[in-house]
Amino acid sequence: MQGSFALEIQQILPEIVLSVFGIVVLLVDTFIPKAKQHVLGTVSLIGILAATLSTFFLIGEDGTFFSGMIIVDPFSIFFRFTFLIIGGLTLLASLSYLKREKLVLGEYHALILFAIVGMNLMAASNELIMIFLGLETLSISCYILLGIKRNDLRSNESALKYFLLGSFSSAFLLYGIALAYGATKATNLELIGREILSGSVNMSLIYAAIGLMFVGFGFKVAVAPFHVWTPDVYEGALTPITAFMSVGPKAAGFAVFLRVFLVAFPTTYLKWVLIVWISAATTMTIGNVVAVVQSNIKRMLAYSSIAHAGYILVALVTHTKNGVAAILFYTLAYALMNIGAFTIVALVGREGDRKSSINDFAGLGFKQPFLAASLSLFLLSLAGIPLTAGFSGKFFIFLAAIESHFYWLAIIGVINSAISVFYYLRVIVIMYMTSPSEEFIPIPVSASVAAVITLTVYGIIQLGVYPDFVINFARNSVLNFRY
Amino acid sequence: MLHSILSITAFLPLAGAVLLLLIGRSNHKLIRSLALSISTITFFFSLPLFSSFDLSSPGMQFEESAAWIPSMGIRYHVGIDGISLFLVLLATFLTPIAILSSWNSINERVKEYHVFMLLLETGMIGVFVALDLFLFYVFWEVMLVPMYFLIGVWGGQQRIYAAVKFFLYTMVGSVLMLVAIISLYFLNGATTFDFSVILTNIQNGTLILSGSQQHWLFLAFFLAFAIKIPLFPFHTWLPDAHVEAPTAGSVLLAGVLLKMGTYGMIRFCLPLFPEASIEFTPLISALAIIGIVYGALVAMVQPDLKKLVAYSSVSHLGFVVLGIFALNEQGMAGAVYQMLNHGISTGALFLLVGMVYDRRHTRLIEDFGGLATPLPVFSTIFMIVTFSSIGLPLLNGFVGEFLILLGAFKANITTAVIATTGVILSAVYMLWMYQRVIFGEIKNPKNRELIDLSFREKVVLLPMVIMILWMGIYSQSFLRRMDVSVGTVLHHFQTSAVVMKK
Repeated sequence: MQGSFALEIQQILPEIVLSVFGIVVLLVDTFIPKAKQHVLGTVSLIGILAATLSTFFLIGEDGTFFSGMIIVDPFSIFFRFTFLIIGGLTLLASLSYLKREKLVLGEYHALILFAIVGMNLMAASNELIMIFLGLETLSISCYILLGIKRNDLRSNESALKYFLLGSFSSAFLLYGIALAYGATKATNLELIGREILSGSVNMSLIYAAIGLMFVGFGFKVAVAPFHVWTPDVYEGALTPITAFMSVGPKAAGFAVFLRVFLVAFPTTYLKWVLIVWISAATTMTIGNVVAVVQSNIKRMLAYSSIAHAGYILVALVTHTKNGVAAILFYTLAYALMNIGAFTIVALVGREGDRKSSINDFAGLGFKQPFLAASLSLFLLSLAGIPLTAGFSGKFFIFLAAIESHFYWLAIIGVINSAISVFYYLRVIVIMYMTSPSEEFIPIPVSASVAAVITLTVYGIIQLGVYPDFVINFARNSVLNFRY
Repeated sequence: MLHSILSITAFLPLAGAVLLLLIGRSNHKLIRSLALSISTITFFFSLPLFSSFDLSSPGMQFEESAAWIPSMGIRYHVGIDGISLFLVLLATFLTPIAILSSWNSINERVKEYHVFMLLLETGMIGVFVALDLFLFYVFWEVMLVPMYFLIGVWGGQQRIYAAVKFFLYTMVGSVLMLVAIISLYFLNGATTFDFSVILTNIQNGTLILSGSQQHWLFLAFFLAFAIKIPLFPFHTWLPDAHVEAPTAGSVLLAGVLLKMGTYGMIRFCLPLFPEASIEFTPLISALAIIGIVYGALVAMVQPDLKKLVAYSSVSHLGFVVLGIFALNEQGMAGAVYQMLNHGISTGALFLLVGMVYDRRHTRLIEDFGGLATPLPVFSTIFMIVTFSSIGLPLLNGFVGEFLILLGAFKANITTAVIATTGVILSAVYMLWMYQRVIFGEIKNPKNRELIDLSFREKVVLLPMVIMILWMGIYSQSFLRRMDVSVGTVLHHFQTSAVVMKK
């Protein structure tokens, strides 16, 4: 499939735009005075808008480019939009956060842009090497972002943990890629799938490759038993980065997880389904049960994010179009509610994120009704109460699970959902039903943060009350999925 | 005008809640009056449902149906029959009374309180009118949120514990119902969540559920409803929630929310899973009887007035369940009637308890005694309500209990005999309580100075008393509206049981 050069370039235009803006930010950073650095955030946001615009022109495209390395199909376009939304909201939420923390970091914005490039490439990769490149672009950006507060011990710990475990898991993934290549002489996903189907490959190598890749992806998306790094890493990072980490890399991880397992290894479904089943059940249960006893809100949300990865795995287990559509929907819904929740957590945290205990939310309910009501909505959505995006997402996931007769997994899922209500409600209880132990210091809400909250609230209600448009988009994104 | 009257009735309170959000929080009087007027207007809007109700039609009336999430076959489909008609009316009737009853007792966060009250009303009406399983589930769950806040923010000492327990219990039951709803959707060909369509398919044999499918689906629905009712042994959340909730919350909780469980059984469990219903009848009847006797015995020894009324609810709702699972017309009609009775008499009891609590800030029976002297009007109304709760002839409770026992006797004499002891026990605990509170010497000097009911309180109680008398003396105006629907449920139930057996 050899298109013209211009056509091929157009397919990765969003990534090119983002990279250019990232480099511009880095360059400008060195030339402008420190006082004017907040301009860089605005520049990056313009970059996101430009990239979003160029992604719009890709709607309807369906083909492979650059010798089959890049695939532009509705699936990848859906994920690109999700990533751009995640990146845009993160940058917007960071504007006043960085100001409050008195952090002057031009590279912060550039790194987020590069991370989005990595995620976009992951979603659009059609072969293992490209996936690995995208993953590393993302991971390296994340390593730096996590440790960006250089003189903060928690931030250092967070970055180091993620770096060590991340490189470890990358090695697993690489080993898996190598084995898959060894068995099939191909790195192209469709070719691998075809080779396996032809029956001429050494299947034990393939099974080993599947296992190793599962470990690699499992680390990235933080599913049991590869989830232990999450709470420490999330707790130590700057809160907007935690928000970003809990939705962005996770969604990107699931995008490649899906594509690799459904395009390259669909015929071995019966071999891997049990492992994924068990992992899904344990991930949900561990995440929710451990979240119940957390007293730090960032750790609680970290465990909650583990649980949500478990719900997404449930949809992966189903291996059906409805399941994949549910994953697409869920990653978007989850991104909105988690970014929203973390944005408010960052505000309540005050300077230096020092107020991150759940008890610090006492009295918020009637002192700052806008923040408290929004956070309640985010938490109710995470808990899966109807008319929120979280409910629609869970509904689609369990719908897919039941369609494929995974009744027990669905039951474990809904019971977990009921458990999760307990700890999400606890925050609401503390906000509305208890009074603060010390005097309540009012929280200033800047326009950009108000915009983030308003947008996410709108998105959650839109996806909750009228999910038809997005779920149709997601379903159509799956129809052309070649497997 | 009757075209979309159900939607108007259901969403008017929601619109009112949005309106309230726009007013300044300091103007308490305006907020209260506005909330009261909105709920009263809603009540008047719901009246045509009663007057224009077609007595002879066996189907759903005032139906509305529109696509909501077409890709999943989810519709906005609402309608009522002779059973849900009265539950909707009960909700619209009790909400303004509840709002008026809390006129002076809620002085903090007045705006939020009334917003939640109105949201709750929309949720309650929605549950009773929804004819799409997805829509039903949405209302069923969403309604938890305002109730949770009402208990948790404006409740008593242990309010947080009670609120969380209330939420979690209901949630655990209902998530399994969600699994059952989705399973039913796929068994029916994954085209629609519309309850009427699925029911028609079951009744004409297009959708045949195997024995084990019925078994599990029934259990999943049943658990959700049993927790809500609450049927013994799922009742432990109820005393906590009742005791801690503010008066208006208790009124609506006992008056309307508990009926959602029994309503769900009549509307969904019986028609959808007839064979399983028959299979589980002995077990459920046994639980109902245990609930009747146990609730009554525990109520007898309660030192706290509110707790006593709460346990009496467990007992009364045991009667309702017994009536439903008698599986005959008398039993079912009695059950529906008793649902309304319980809504009114228990609602009134909670109002009365709330009124003495406002005066004395205690609910312990031992703190009272001799209230007849300082509070003659209060004591008279209390007496009427007590008699209504006991089931004295010419008052509403009698009709319901009589019909239920009649049905129960037809179904199984042993159960009916044991259930009858519940009637006696209820007389014991209610009269004993009444005696200790109202009669005797005034032991506590504080009780001597109590002031009798204010005009507002009389206005709150008067409609309740009128309903108690009306439903007791001329029950026909209610029963004839339910007859056809009760017959339809049982008829469908019997025909599907026959179809299944073929």
